[in-house]
Amino acid sequence: MTESFAGQPWLSLITFAPLFGALCIIARRMMSRTDENGNVAAAEQAQIDNTARWVALGITTLTLLVSLGVYVLYDPALSGYQLVEEVEWLGGGINYKMGVDGISILFVLLTTFIMPICILASWDSIKNRVADYMIAFLVLETLMIGVFCALDLFLFYFFFEGSLIPMFLIIGVWGSKGTKEFGGISMPSRVYAALKFFLYTLLGSLLLLVAMAWMYAQAGTTDIPTLQNFEFSAGAQKWLWLAFFASFAVKMPMWPVHTWLPDAHVQAPTAGSVVLAAILLKMGGYGFLRFSLPMFPIASLDFAPLVYALSIVAIIYTSLVALAQEDMKKLIAYSSVAHMGFVTMGIFTGTKQGIEGGLFQMLSHGFISGALFLCVGVVYDRMHTREIAAYGGLVHRMPLYAFLFLFFTLGNVGLPGTSGFVGEILAMTGAFKVNSWIAFFAAFGVILSAAYALRLYRQVVYGEMTKDALMEIPDVDRRELAMLGVLMAFALFLGFNPGPALSVFSPAVDVVIENYNAAIAGVGH
Amino acid sequence: MDFSALVVFLPLFGAMLAMPVGRAMGYRAAELLTTGLLLFAAIIAWFLFFDVALGGNARTIQLFTWIGSGNFQADWAIRLDTLSAVMLVVVNSVSFLVHTYSMGYMKDYGEQSRFFAYLSLFTFAMLTLVTADNFLQLFFGWEGVGLASYLLIGFWFKKKSANDAAIKAFVVNRVGDFGFALGIMCIFFVFGTIQFDEVFQAVATNAVVTPWNAVAGAPIQTLNITFIGAEYHALTVIGVLLFIGAMGKSAQFFLHTWLPDAMEGPTPVSALIHAATMVTAGVFLVCRCSVIYEYAPNAAAMVTLVGAITAFFAATVGLLQDDIKKIVAYSTCSQLGYMFFAAGVGAYGAAMFHLFTHAFFKALLFLGSGAVIIGMHHEQDIKKMGGVKELMPFTHILMVVGTIAITGVGIPGLYLFGAPFGTAGFVSKDMIIEGAFAAGEAGRAFGYFAFIMGLLAAVMTAFYSWRLIFLTFWGPSRAPEAVRKHPHAVPDTMMAPLIPLAIGALVAGMAFYGNFVGDKSEQFWNGALYSAAEQHDAAAADDHGVVDDHGPVSAHAVADDSHGTADDSHGAEESHGDEGGHHVPIWVLWAPFIAMLTGTFTAAWHYLRGDPLRPGLLRADGMIYAFLKNKWYFDEIYDYLLVKPAIAFGRFLWKEGDGKTIDGVGPDGIASAVAAGARRIVKVQSGYLYHYAFAMLVGIAVLLTFILIRAGGGQ
Repeated sequence: MTESFAGQPWLSLITFAPLFGALCIIARRMMSRTDENGNVAAAEQAQIDNTARWVALGITTLTLLVSLGVYVLYDPALSGYQLVEEVEWLGGGINYKMGVDGISILFVLLTTFIMPICILASWDSIKNRVADYMIAFLVLETLMIGVFCALDLFLFYFFFEGSLIPMFLIIGVWGSKGTKEFGGISMPSRVYAALKFFLYTLLGSLLLLVAMAWMYAQAGTTDIPTLQNFEFSAGAQKWLWLAFFASFAVKMPMWPVHTWLPDAHVQAPTAGSVVLAAILLKMGGYGFLRFSLPMFPIASLDFAPLVYALSIVAIIYTSLVALAQEDMKKLIAYSSVAHMGFVTMGIFTGTKQGIEGGLFQMLSHGFISGALFLCVGVVYDRMHTREIAAYGGLVHRMPLYAFLFLFFTLGNVGLPGTSGFVGEILAMTGAFKVNSWIAFFAAFGVILSAAYALRLYRQVVYGEMTKDALMEIPDVDRRELAMLGVLMAFALFLGFNPGPALSVFSPAVDVVIENYNAAIAGVGH
Repeated sequence: MDFSALVVFLPLFGAMLAMPVGRAMGYRAAELLTTGLLLFAAIIAWFLFFDVALGGNARTIQLFTWIGSGNFQADWAIRLDTLSAVMLVVVNSVSFLVHTYSMGYMKDYGEQSRFFAYLSLFTFAMLTLVTADNFLQLFFGWEGVGLASYLLIGFWFKKKSANDAAIKAFVVNRVGDFGFALGIMCIFFVFGTIQFDEVFQAVATNAVVTPWNAVAGAPIQTLNITFIGAEYHALTVIGVLLFIGAMGKSAQFFLHTWLPDAMEGPTPVSALIHAATMVTAGVFLVCRCSVIYEYAPNAAAMVTLVGAITAFFAATVGLLQDDIKKIVAYSTCSQLGYMFFAAGVGAYGAAMFHLFTHAFFKALLFLGSGAVIIGMHHEQDIKKMGGVKELMPFTHILMVVGTIAITGVGIPGLYLFGAPFGTAGFVSKDMIIEGAFAAGEAGRAFGYFAFIMGLLAAVMTAFYSWRLIFLTFWGPSRAPEAVRKHPHAVPDTMMAPLIPLAIGALVAGMAFYGNFVGDKSEQFWNGALYSAAEQHDAAAADDHGVVDDHGPVSAHAVADDSHGTADDSHGAEESHGDEGGHHVPIWVLWAPFIAMLTGTFTAAWHYLRGDPLRPGLLRADGMIYAFLKNKWYFDEIYDYLLVKPAIAFGRFLWKEGDGKTIDGVGPDGIASAVAAGARRIVKVQSGYLYHYAFAMLVGIAVLLTFILIRAGGGQ
């Protein structure tokens, strides 16, 4: 019984279900009645928009439910890939192959969990081109789930790079207003942000593509599990590692290729920021753990000091920059870069605590940072400004909001009892094992995060309410409460009891560490 | 499940229920609920005190695993031994009394439900701290009390000063936590575990431990590790790092600046958190890790030095404060210094004893001050008071009781029922000062220094404590007539809790002397404080004292002997500093008493003759006056050296680093270079949006071509 269930292409189902939803929306729009000029009547347009919203919510919720079912089929005690599907795709050993292990399964769940929240967050705040927007999000979900499930190099590349297109559109089309000088010409800021995003990622992805092609030429296969056991020569590893690093470091983002992130966050609509922070950034860390560490262990060891250095700079530098921010979203974006510094630092320690800490930090950041962007969205929807100075004393009108925002601020600070703590302390513990200097510098992030996060909270929520514009601001409604409440429940639960996540990571992390240690022992390191 | 777990969880229930209950049934219900739960918790705590501390029934209740990653294992647990039992009693009792007091105090201010929720939340966090059985749970409680402290200092969130103080408290504490967290990592690195039992056992037995990735292990007491680039004695590194955490939480010199500002919080908070309980967590930590400090003499020396300096420094600043709460705050800071140098010289029993007695008289002084503030229409400046004795006679008596307790009134050399005769502060503070002298006698680092600082601080303690009484309560009134004629009535719920505290301030020293530091102490502590004395012979045989990272062998022998758990069987050559002082010279026994009299009479000489506000020994425009009045300029120095540069540097990195350098060279620079191309893109309207999609298609085309060529070649 279970066998026959497990034998079905469940991963493909959850991957492509959102795409199917997007097709439904397109179909609905094609069936819409138009007048003689080809324009859609306002009432009809409203109906299409509404259908798009409900289809998007329905299909993302359904995907979530099915993914939970997939999790039931998944045996967390086993170490290898599970629920594997494989069919011939492009020929020449390039197959459509999907599967999950302890490293990826929770990120699949995180994606399916965050998406309905993103749809809900966009419910009222997106008013123009709603159907297009929903299509973009559904396509994005397909591509993101695909990234975490793909077990073929080129399939991964397809999903990984493809996910940029809908994100690029979301920022460029539904981003906020304002203009920016770029390359001697004036353009909307959102377009600047989208172009910046594009310039950075293009560089990384071209190198990634070249490296993948070379690997395929060498190994004759693009099968990820096979490549993970393929021993590339030490010299080749160096170049391959750097090419992969270029792509993943931008995605993470690591210092100094992080400057696209604050702009992208600031310009993106709320749900765009949520999905960017919660899922898209995680692809970088996932990539390091899926490719860099297992496939190029010797290069990983050799380049680890570089990663540590960049991580530490990220933690301290961006925390200091966060201290000086005047825009709520920018501040949270910079704090994201700092938090991702803990992830890269942890992963490249090659220790149990470091890697599990990094993974857990990514998961936790998905809840907490996503929620913080939602919190900004709540007040942005009401006041249409993200400027910190425009707020103050919100607690008087919005006590519930104040409570929720406080919780996520504390999660961002890494207070024990929230999930934010577990990842940080484990990553630092792993780093301490390798070299106490790394942990020493990383621990400065502990001080600085308190400074910038509490400063933001104080200026927005506490103090007298002096701004006239704020006098009538309403507290969170039920929709917002539901979104933030469920994120809070997860951040709190995993803060007190991270076991359910750590025990899923553990078998897969053990395999990575075992192979890593064997490889570096083999070359006498 | 052992019902004693409730001692920790009842306050948590109170914290969670207070707001909903307050909303549904009114704030009075929330107050009664939380206070009632705390009463139960306090009863259980006293029961456990008898069961665990006096009955010797130490145990640990395991709840469930918190974090498990490889051998990094931390559980949620309730460790009940004498040390935690003492803390349970202090925390729950004071918390219950403060809850009761707050029912009256908060009447004028409103928002009672939120206030009581925070108070109970604090109590819960503090209880998880003291009942931890591993370093990580202790850290959870540690940060938890920090959060509650942040929320309560900033309770009146409309006030800018309150918000500033709250953030300052949290961030300065985080500086300490920086050290604490590194200490935990270092412990894990060295021992491969963060469980108290395993770590302490390994240190006590000098077990061979192998730090991570080390080639070979070594006995822990002589193990060296590499820490941030240099080789150090492992236990010293751990001891110092943990102590940095303690310095933050307990407001010790360099990290003390948040405590006076914390007085922005409501007065009951100051009594509970910033006097009786939270700030003593650092002392608790050092005592909990006594075995580590016993074998890390340099770390212990640092504890002594910082504690002694704090005792002295805070007392000097306390001399010139005019805000009634700030005087008591600096006094707290100074008394914490006493506790630390006691622990530093190995007199852990005396340190815990002073922690215990201090909770009574300091809570009494704070809550009494709160009554004065309410009675005086929210006035806190003692220069604007005077003559309050007539208006609030009962409060006056209680404050005097607190003052004779903190200044240490008693009769040196007189023993009744085997305990020295005197107030709580007399008994416990004299133990500490004598302990420091005995340690100095035996060559322990900074022993004499601590002794002298302790005596000087005792003079000043007496001076500022009596100055507070004289300026506030005695002499003619300087208050406005409206206040003088119609002082606010202080409700009974505020006065009632002061009575048990006053009784404790008078007799707790005498009553518990035997257990904490006297002849019953070894049985009382039951191993909760490490008794190196028991290990004396074995340790000597191991010759652990001769390695270079340790102090001289003699220092070890002293450590063994001068601390509170030493028993009489150790022979005559040892100086039993804590045991009634009968092994120290007679002048040492009298010295604290004389110090107290000196301070008291100086205060009386100045404030009871003529105009109490006339210029005193220091000229108001003099340098020393300004130096003390400005609290040694710590705030200014930190602001100038740390806070402002950090923000300016952040701005610089943002504008110059991210803006000009990274973006300037990177995307913006490239963009300028291809400006012409970009212009074309923009002209084609919205075409750029699909530009990336196009690039992607090109990529896939290249890829497909490559695959096809390869596939074709392969066949």
